[in-house]
Amino acid sequence: MFSIINIIATILIAGGAFFMVTGVVGLLRFPDFYTRLHATGKCDTLGEVLVIVGCMVYQGWSFITIKLFFLMFFIFLANPVGTHAIMKAAYLTGLKPWKKGEERR
Amino acid sequence: MTRSKEHNVGLMLAVFAVLYIFWLLMSACINPLNGHFSPIHIIAGIICAGVVTLLSHDLLITKEGEMTLAKTFRLIAYVPWELWQIFLANFDVAYRVLHPKMPIDPRIIEFDTSLRSDFALTTLANSITLTPGTITIDIDPGKGRFLVHAIAKKPADALLVDKTMINKVAHVYMEEA
Repeated sequence: MFSIINIIATILIAGGAFFMVTGVVGLLRFPDFYTRLHATGKCDTLGEVLVIVGCMVYQGWSFITIKLFFLMFFIFLANPVGTHAIMKAAYLTGLKPWKKGEERR
Repeated sequence: MTRSKEHNVGLMLAVFAVLYIFWLLMSACINPLNGHFSPIHIIAGIICAGVVTLLSHDLLITKEGEMTLAKTFRLIAYVPWELWQIFLANFDVAYRVLHPKMPIDPRIIEFDTSLRSDFALTTLANSITLTPGTITIDIDPGKGRFLVHAIAKKPADALLVDKTMINKVAHVYMEEA
């Protein structure tokens, strides 16, 4: 089963997994809430999309491919809105952003 | 009066068609590839799409805007650039996360745009959140004022000085930048 399709799909899904892991590392390393949101909110977008495109390549041309395509489309719409909503909620409750040189929280 | 009613029926038909085509794609109840055909899904789709159309036909397409078609084409032309920016954003964040010294210098910036329409403001806000190092915190729609959290100086300057993205969004929605 070492066809070219399988290899491309594996590379894409592995790339997606790499970005998801990077997001988690950022969540642990970054100093405060806002910067952690940068790590998770951005790495998720490309991570998920690469995994989905990998699944599309693996699946070939069928209805499932179309469903996966719509899934990708909705992630592109929902991800920034969700990130923005969490950030705005934190800002409105008065959480002070971390500045360079301060201690991490 | 009759004219707006006619327009309303046409609008409902358009919304119904969009919803029903989406239902057919999602339920895969007519599949030419393997000859699958299931009438119960088709009828259920008509009922569901009909109910949703009756309840919310005025939400999907609010009013007839000017030059909607041209704006749609410009939006489609804008998407590849945006995808490229998302790609860069992820490498940018991955670099900042994995660099041993963690080169971040967060700040909150504020800037005014002359964009006013809801679609233009939403597109710009989402684009800012998706592109490298910046997340929209708040918008004042009346003044077109954006409050943005930037992770370092460079992405903040990209918004404050370059204004590439603002100009591109203004071009898509045909507003003054």
